[in-house]
Amino acid sequence: MEMFTFYLTSIIILTSILMVVISANAVHSLLYLILSSLAMAVIFFQMGAPFAAALEVIVYAGAIMVLFVFVVMMLNLGQAAVEEERTLMPLGIWRGPALLAALLLAELAFLLFQQPVASLPVAVYAKQVGITLFGPYLLAVELASILLMAGLVGAYHLGRPLLKKSATRTHVRES
Amino acid sequence: MNNPVTAIPIIVAVLLGIFSFAAVLVWAERRLLGIWQDRYGPNRVGPLGVGQILVDVVKLFIKEDWTPPFADRIPFIIAPCIILVVSLLGFAVIPVAPGATISDLNIGLLFVLAISSLGVYSIMLGGYASNNKYSLLGGLRSAAQMISYEVFMGLSVMGVVMLSGSFKLGEIVEAQQSMWFVVPQFLGFLIFMIAGIAETHRLPFDLPEAEHELVAGFHTEYSGMKFGMFMVGEYVGMVLVSSMIVTLFFGGWLGPFLPPFVWFSVKVLAFIGLFILLRAAIPRPRYDQLMAFGWKVMLPLSLLNLAVTGGVWLWLHA
Repeated sequence: MEMFTFYLTSIIILTSILMVVISANAVHSLLYLILSSLAMAVIFFQMGAPFAAALEVIVYAGAIMVLFVFVVMMLNLGQAAVEEERTLMPLGIWRGPALLAALLLAELAFLLFQQPVASLPVAVYAKQVGITLFGPYLLAVELASILLMAGLVGAYHLGRPLLKKSATRTHVRES
Repeated sequence: MNNPVTAIPIIVAVLLGIFSFAAVLVWAERRLLGIWQDRYGPNRVGPLGVGQILVDVVKLFIKEDWTPPFADRIPFIIAPCIILVVSLLGFAVIPVAPGATISDLNIGLLFVLAISSLGVYSIMLGGYASNNKYSLLGGLRSAAQMISYEVFMGLSVMGVVMLSGSFKLGEIVEAQQSMWFVVPQFLGFLIFMIAGIAETHRLPFDLPEAEHELVAGFHTEYSGMKFGMFMVGEYVGMVLVSSMIVTLFFGGWLGPFLPPFVWFSVKVLAFIGLFILLRAAIPRPRYDQLMAFGWKVMLPLSLLNLAVTGGVWLWLHA
């Protein structure tokens, strides 16, 4: 039963990722991407990491993807963009990457049959994740937060009020 | 986790309970708003106008269910389903009485946060798929609003998690035997309530709809039962937020004399009444005011609450 749900979820992930790539409508691709991250959460949950599953839904599906959809909605692409996308991606373009991906898949299947697939030995809850993050991996957490800080400062710089400059400019024009 | 056989009666009971709650709520809201605005509200159908709900449901079902030809068809149909499914899923982890939970997950609290963060897709997709300027504006507003308010909705409940030491909602209720968490976590409670109202986009925060500027916002193009599902989803979401407030800050089913289920319902009803009063009392803020309030007031306050709670907890226990 567990194997069945695992493979079913995997099929859902693979199909939705495929649809992300081949769908001509940007919003539809994003919807498939959201679906794939929800399915990823199910996989995490099955493997005994419910905390990671919850974070996957909260952070990826619930926040980052919303911003993606937000941006695409702002662009308001419409039917013309769908037609353009169709002409950009003729069917023949898939042959090369598909061949290479098939080789990778064969290699993966070979490796999987070499040794049994290991799932997580114990269930991992929030407490263990927290202890590991703020113990051995403290440096990585701090580096990530510095990176976020840089992003924040950059966003503030881009969005800073330009009132003073424009005020003087209009002042000059008036005088 | 319960086994399926014992879970099914609870699921059926919870589902029926929620839907009858939500249905009565529509009527109760209109009557209460009427009282507070010096008018009657619906009072013609049946005693005190209770029959109004049934008549409204019949009306919604027999109305023409029209999908505009310019709409993006599949997202247009999925959007109202998402909000209803997502709001109902949240109830899977709410402990109504001791042992009466559909699934008392280890990550119950995170589950509710995750589920409520998915609710935004319903409104965004509704706004996008309608292919209408007003709907799109409503969808964009809701995306920005819900993402912002989600941030400190999650942060505000972390104080409760620290005090109870668990994400499991059942254990959080048990940890409030001696004192409700609203006393040590009053700031957290206020922030969670404001964020909860914003998440369900109830009136002081209903900028995605904003009927005086955006016609009806994201559901301008919806009709018939699809529109009805948005409405039901909103009311179910309101019941969910009230239940979460009661579970996290007001001791859930705990209380003297009366059976646990009755205590839970009484507390939830009190909060729903408060929500309706807020709708009648507070005008809608401007959009930039809403965002500034979120990021400049609520976020620093919730971070402060988190730091102080952590500090005091360490001081007392270590």
